[in-house]
Amino acid sequence: MEKQDCNILIVGVGGQGNILAGKIISEAFVAEGYDVKQSEVHGMAQRGGAVSAHVRAGAKVYSPLIPETDADFILSFEQLETLRYLNYASRKTTVILNTLRSDPPSVAIGREEYPADVLEKIRKKTKKIITLDANSIAKELGTERVTNSVLVGCLAALLPLKKSVWGKMYRKFVKEKLVDINLKALEAGMELVGKS
Amino acid sequence: MKQLLTGNEAIARGAWEAGATFAAAYPGTPSTEITENLAQYEEIYAEWAPNEKVALEVGIGAAMAGRRTIVSLKHVGLNVAADPFCTFSYTGTPTGFVLICADDPEMHSSQNEQDNRYYAKLAKVPLLEPSDSQEALDAVKTAFDISENFDTPVLVITTTRVNHSRTIVNTGRRKRVKQKPFVQNPPKYVMVPAFARKRHKFVEERTAHLKEYSEKSPLNFIEKGSKEIGVVTSGVAYQYAKEVFPDASFLKLGMTNPLPEKLIRKFAKSVKKIYVIEELEPFLEDSIKALGIEVIGKSKLPVCGELNPDIIKNALVRRRRPHPVEDASGLPMRPPNLCAGCPHRGTYTALKPLKTIVFGDIGCYTLGVLPPLSMHDMCVCMGASIGVSHGYAKAAGKDAQKCVGVLGDSTFLHSGLTGVLEMAYNKGLNTVIILDNRTTAMTGGQEHAATGRTLQGDDTNAVDLVEVCKALGIKNTFRVDPFKIRETRKVIRRELAKDAPSVLISTAPCPLRAKIRHTPMFVDEAVCNECGGCLRINCPAITSSGGKPSINTFLCNGCTVCAQICPKKAIKVIKK
Repeated sequence: MEKQDCNILIVGVGGQGNILAGKIISEAFVAEGYDVKQSEVHGMAQRGGAVSAHVRAGAKVYSPLIPETDADFILSFEQLETLRYLNYASRKTTVILNTLRSDPPSVAIGREEYPADVLEKIRKKTKKIITLDANSIAKELGTERVTNSVLVGCLAALLPLKKSVWGKMYRKFVKEKLVDINLKALEAGMELVGKS
Repeated sequence: MKQLLTGNEAIARGAWEAGATFAAAYPGTPSTEITENLAQYEEIYAEWAPNEKVALEVGIGAAMAGRRTIVSLKHVGLNVAADPFCTFSYTGTPTGFVLICADDPEMHSSQNEQDNRYYAKLAKVPLLEPSDSQEALDAVKTAFDISENFDTPVLVITTTRVNHSRTIVNTGRRKRVKQKPFVQNPPKYVMVPAFARKRHKFVEERTAHLKEYSEKSPLNFIEKGSKEIGVVTSGVAYQYAKEVFPDASFLKLGMTNPLPEKLIRKFAKSVKKIYVIEELEPFLEDSIKALGIEVIGKSKLPVCGELNPDIIKNALVRRRRPHPVEDASGLPMRPPNLCAGCPHRGTYTALKPLKTIVFGDIGCYTLGVLPPLSMHDMCVCMGASIGVSHGYAKAAGKDAQKCVGVLGDSTFLHSGLTGVLEMAYNKGLNTVIILDNRTTAMTGGQEHAATGRTLQGDDTNAVDLVEVCKALGIKNTFRVDPFKIRETRKVIRRELAKDAPSVLISTAPCPLRAKIRHTPMFVDEAVCNECGGCLRINCPAITSSGGKPSINTFLCNGCTVCAQICPKKAIKVIKK
């Protein structure tokens, strides 16, 4: 089977589990025989800074960084962060948008405004937008810590990979006692996209 | 076996496969995980040294003892280790010695973006530049062989995008390398002038031999493509350039010192136009131009920052943009911040009203420069806060605005000891505050000489910072508690008033590293008068809506700094 190029940009705030999400998505592509490169800058991740990870898969991948306008998917853990990376979006891009709002320090102390028109700005780029409140879905499942897996589930439903690969990846890269709850979250994300 | 590895994991794997058994380093982004990974292999002994100079010297000793050795550091760390490095080139090495240096174009987590490839020319050692994880693994293995075949330390330079990217790697088996016994040879290893003069001649001969090797090495290769455009490139820039010019001819240089001049000339003859695509300085470009070959490089490509496919495309290929590129500059920034519960916030809150000049240093606490804390007036390099604050206080005089130097515990042990000695010896007038959070926090929480644990987590001697400073001659050495704001402020004020040097050690463990979690706080709305004081300590757990502060109990660590500065006593501990 032809291995189509797939560029996934994961954006969010340090501490949201986006780096683990990037690793699992990358490993899933590897398991399915793709060439994969993944790049992230995580030096400041623990300290609440903006965090982004590039995942690129295909028959042969050179650059670990996605070129501008060339993201097939933007998996966004936080609304405002999506806007910071809109230069990677174009008409072909599907944006999976977690509706969580996390105020940066300048907004938290009332010096700046949180942008009001996030969805509108994304719509100017692409009509393919999936919005969900992944934090609430995760909370209902038992813990907000699996928010990242809900979002990975949404993406997984749209990727050209076998469904069975995801369970294998979670069992390989997530602590044993956390595998079940993460797989439930993954399933919830997949279902949500399946319905829409 | 096929594995998806970061560059740092691949470097560690490469050293293991090459039979290395000894590693030393001081943590520094983006190189830290190399040594953390090396320590996972049971055949490899690895340690954190107090700084890069010591790490390199320890490595030299291990090589003298006949073990294949790898030392890792970040680009500015090689400045610290430059002294042994440049002379180790003269002595050569009895067993394989590889120095990994991680450059940081774009300064993702650094104070400058110097191009350390020049160190290879300065020290006259071979230089390898891998472009992804597979090449990193292979480069380390090749580097050990070059080191032993040519009697030289070998420098391998990576960049953040190589260290921190995951790419597919074919791993191999470990080579068994026998430890060689120590052989006495003073003319080779004792660099007194008479011996060193002879060794310099050896280094020149070695360079000539390495040049021949570089011509034939599989690290340098031509990929034939269109005759219209030829690209000469190295490091991760190769990967970007392949994406932008899929049909061009390539001269990929994996070994960039000494350069394969014949190969470059041959390549130049085979193409009409040559682009030299490299990050940071025109390191390759200048050398190729010196051969009389016309190339296009930094006249179009930027020297500042890292490259990516878009920058190369925009600089070298005219194209119509399919979409206008979004401008994200109007968005509220999301800079990294001191964590909730960070003891540095306590020390800064105590210090701020004293209106001193603050000479900062390299570590988490540098994040205190951001408003509204706005704590720092200068930050140069590891340990500089002590020397700079001493020099300032001496030069400005007793009646000028007071200054303090602030630096972390790991930074103090890295290069602060000699600064404190200077203060004691030359009758200093400054106060230095050691922000002692019991770990090397900025790089992810590594052990150091005062934590009482080795890299492997074994118990060991823990140096007492108070005793050290007293022994160096600072009579006014006191420990303070960063979470007792008033008391700490009182002590700082008292020490600032003295015409003598002081060192205050503000001790409380990093809550992330020590996994400390106190009961969270809340704002009693009935008492709060919305003065905004608690918002000015820049705690990520405190937010404001229409001037009303509230505390995110999920983030709050219960450190009580906000409660201590609240004039209305409106911030209280949640009762369980």
